Amino acid sequence: MGEHFPVLILLIPFFTALGICVVGLWKPHWCQPATVVSLGASLAVALGTLCKVVKQGIVSYALGGWPPPIGIEYRIDALNGLVLVVIATVALITAVYSRQRVAAETPDRVPLFYTLYLLLVTGLLGMTVTGDAFNLYVLLEVTSLATYALIAMGSRRAVLACFNYIIMGTIGASLYLLGVGYLYIKTGSLNMVDIQQLLVSEDLYSSRSILIAFILIMLGVWIKMAFFPLHGWLPNAYAFAPSTTSCLIAPLMTKVTVYVMIRMMLTVFGPAYVFDYLQWSEVVVWLAVLAIVAGSIMALAQADLPKMLSYLVIAEVGYMVGGVWLANEAGLVGAFYHIISDAFMTLCLFLAAGAIIARTGDHRITSIFQGLPRRMPLTFFGFLVGAFSMIGVPPTCGFFSKWYLISAGIEAGHWAYVTALLFSSLINAIIFSRIIEIAFFGLSPGHEQTEIRREESPLSILVPLMGAALAVILVGLYNWNLVSWITDAVRLYSMAPVSG
Amino acid sequence: MMEIKSCIPLLAFLVSLVAVVPIVLSSRRPNVREGWTILAGIIKFGLVLSMLPTVLAGYTVEYTLWKILPSLSIQFRVDAMGMLFALVASLLWIATSIYSIGYMRVLKEHAQTRFYAYFAVALSATIGVAFAANLLTLYLFYEMLSLCTYPLVAHHQDRTARTGGRTYLAYLLGTSVSFALPAMIYVYWKSGGNMEFVGGGFLSGKVSGSEATVLLLLLVFGFSKAALMPFHSWLPAAMVAPTPVSALLHAVAVVKVGVFCVLRIFTGVFGISFLKDVGIGDVILWIAAITILAGSLIALSQDNLKRRLAFSTISQLGYIVLGAALLSGRGLTGSMLHIGMHAFGKITLFFCAGAILIATGKKAVSEMAGIGRRMPYTMSAFLLGALSIIGLPPLGGAWSKWYLFLGAWESDHILIVFILIISSLLNIAYLLPIVVRAFYMPSPDGEAGGGIQEAPPACVGPLVFTALSCFALFLFPGIFVDLAKLIGGNL
Repeated sequence: MGEHFPVLILLIPFFTALGICVVGLWKPHWCQPATVVSLGASLAVALGTLCKVVKQGIVSYALGGWPPPIGIEYRIDALNGLVLVVIATVALITAVYSRQRVAAETPDRVPLFYTLYLLLVTGLLGMTVTGDAFNLYVLLEVTSLATYALIAMGSRRAVLACFNYIIMGTIGASLYLLGVGYLYIKTGSLNMVDIQQLLVSEDLYSSRSILIAFILIMLGVWIKMAFFPLHGWLPNAYAFAPSTTSCLIAPLMTKVTVYVMIRMMLTVFGPAYVFDYLQWSEVVVWLAVLAIVAGSIMALAQADLPKMLSYLVIAEVGYMVGGVWLANEAGLVGAFYHIISDAFMTLCLFLAAGAIIARTGDHRITSIFQGLPRRMPLTFFGFLVGAFSMIGVPPTCGFFSKWYLISAGIEAGHWAYVTALLFSSLINAIIFSRIIEIAFFGLSPGHEQTEIRREESPLSILVPLMGAALAVILVGLYNWNLVSWITDAVRLYSMAPVSG
Repeated sequence: MMEIKSCIPLLAFLVSLVAVVPIVLSSRRPNVREGWTILAGIIKFGLVLSMLPTVLAGYTVEYTLWKILPSLSIQFRVDAMGMLFALVASLLWIATSIYSIGYMRVLKEHAQTRFYAYFAVALSATIGVAFAANLLTLYLFYEMLSLCTYPLVAHHQDRTARTGGRTYLAYLLGTSVSFALPAMIYVYWKSGGNMEFVGGGFLSGKVSGSEATVLLLLLVFGFSKAALMPFHSWLPAAMVAPTPVSALLHAVAVVKVGVFCVLRIFTGVFGISFLKDVGIGDVILWIAAITILAGSLIALSQDNLKRRLAFSTISQLGYIVLGAALLSGRGLTGSMLHIGMHAFGKITLFFCAGAILIATGKKAVSEMAGIGRRMPYTMSAFLLGALSIIGLPPLGGAWSKWYLFLGAWESDHILIVFILIISSLLNIAYLLPIVVRAFYMPSPDGEAGGGIQEAPPACVGPLVFTALSCFALFLFPGIFVDLAKLIGGNL
């Protein structure tokens, strides 16, 4: 049993999805519990795999018994083992949260919703474990198709937003596929580790085709992760999607794609090619600076809560891309830590925003937050934890990801990146202190006692929200354990790029 | 330096934080609620006091809370410097709590539970800063203080209060995030992960002169609660807060946290001798000197009493920074003493301003003619506080100014001595006319002349206590001077 763990992580949600699709037609109220249970099982298996990785090092699983590089390899090291746990945790928390929201927002399509939900999670988990470049494309498309459908279930405006996303997402996926095609032509292999060994052994660094493959793959993943200026599809898609959908995709989609980028850079092309041979770091970090600054400024300009949060996601993508491309160990570690911390703080904010919007029936920042600390004290507390993490107030995890990223920027001497991070913290501070001011002092004195009733969110929303808030704080408090872990794992790549 | 491991620093930090729970729970019974506040204040003061003999004997008390980064923990360490500050802050919290009862009830302020709750949190943060053993812990509690005092500043919730609160947060968070945070990370990187405040400074010798200059400026301006010009505007803006908040937070806790951080940066981060070797103390010295003079001059022109006191605070904070920037033992002793002495003097003045407001409704200095006859206790206390700020014997402020003068002589800064003298004259010019006007000028026609009309005893009691303390501190400065000398002598 234990040796099949890597594939079980995916298969559990996958088969549950198929089951729900059928059984849900008769018993729609079974869907949500079944989803929760299967994601719980998936999380347990992911944790089990992680323990195994800790004990014996990299776990490699040959799918269907075909040995790599011919068959598809699932390959789990300390890094993606951690990402798997994060994905499963976030998906589980959101699934618990979804109970009332899905029933309220898409009452007639509950089984369909959960089927797609589980397929989406399967795709994300698959993108993380797979060691095969083409298989990654397949899973990327599984994820994307599920996402398109989940977004389109939202309000009427979601349809157009989703169409926009389909066009952009398909272009991105095609570019990625083209890139993999070039790689296959030159190396004759699709296995990531194998490709890298072939790149070195056949001395292909100088090949034009490899260069084009790299550019295509990077453009593909950048579109998918909404890296500025390729971000146009994201804000509307996230803002108009059903609230459960945005709670799932906002923390995970961009972060998993960033992990895919890291994977491509480290495992497929290798740091020696990406950083030493190409020497593009400077340019890409500057792009990241633009992404951070532009994302923050656009977030500041929004009057609509989900839109504002979506632009923050875009700014955060800049954090991670910049960190990775700083081309030093600290940057990579910081970016990776930020994948984890940003997943939880985005989750926290989107959960709270969903709960607040559900209660007030409005989207505008100026109106929904008035008197909220009295109306929904615990929900607002959850929102505050996420907000403080975005600003970077210790001891939330947002402070430490900034800490590591800024120190990496200082180490690399890239002052623009450091300034951009600080600038973004300041903008976040303005955004959220404005919200806090409206929340506490939005009503004139005297009003507050009489007009506001307590209308706290139901437990099915509060429990996941508090879980997410707790995760934000725990990831912050135990940052050192996580970071030393990540550092060890990253060293494997930089010291021995060829062996993977 | 000998270290003792004990959880008393943690308890002293936690007391007021835990007190928030009963304060909020008894929100419908004001007497019980205020009882909890005062009880927490007394326990806190007792805990701080219990560590005093140990510290005076040359030990430090340590408690490690959490290992947060490699070789860096959230850690408390009580040394002479932290002790002095914690003593002043926790003692004056008790006085302010009693004063608040009178003030808030007479004015029928709204949201009093929120007021007491955040006040308690603010005191925890203050103690956290005082006992912080390294730069990260210091920063953490510094930020906590900025955030939890915001609801106190914006208490009135009207347009001016909200604008004031916005300015307050924008200055404090803006400077700490854009200056102090990057400087701190750079320091962490340069010092190899060690950020503990030690006698000679943990960064001493690890950075070049130009790096040190930039870092020093970033850190000193980053902790802008010290209100060094040009980052001082938040302090007058924060005067929209209720008077007890202005009294404790903006004469004692918040602003003193700022200068305390600056002193830590001079002694614990860089080390006085290192700064002397690279010769960069003078930059801060002149900025402080300009702040002293400009603050006093602006104070002269203010008619609103609280704003006048705010600019006076800015100028007096300049003294404390100046004392450190002199880079001499006596100067540093003077700085530490001035943290305590100025706290007692200035809180008296703010208490008086609040008492005048609730007894007569007057805020402007120009309206205060003749009130001395109606409020003799308040205005006498005001006189004592003012004389202490000016630095005249027989009041406590004389000692700190004495050491500051000595420090300036010792380090051959004759010009600074003149600036100190001019500033003392300016202090006289903006403080004493208030007293003169109150006692010697006739009340305007139409105002009730006869009899004493003081504020309630809960207000007058604390202000008489702090005023008499100013006097007592001149006669018995022993503890403070001993503590301050421990710091100055450690050079």
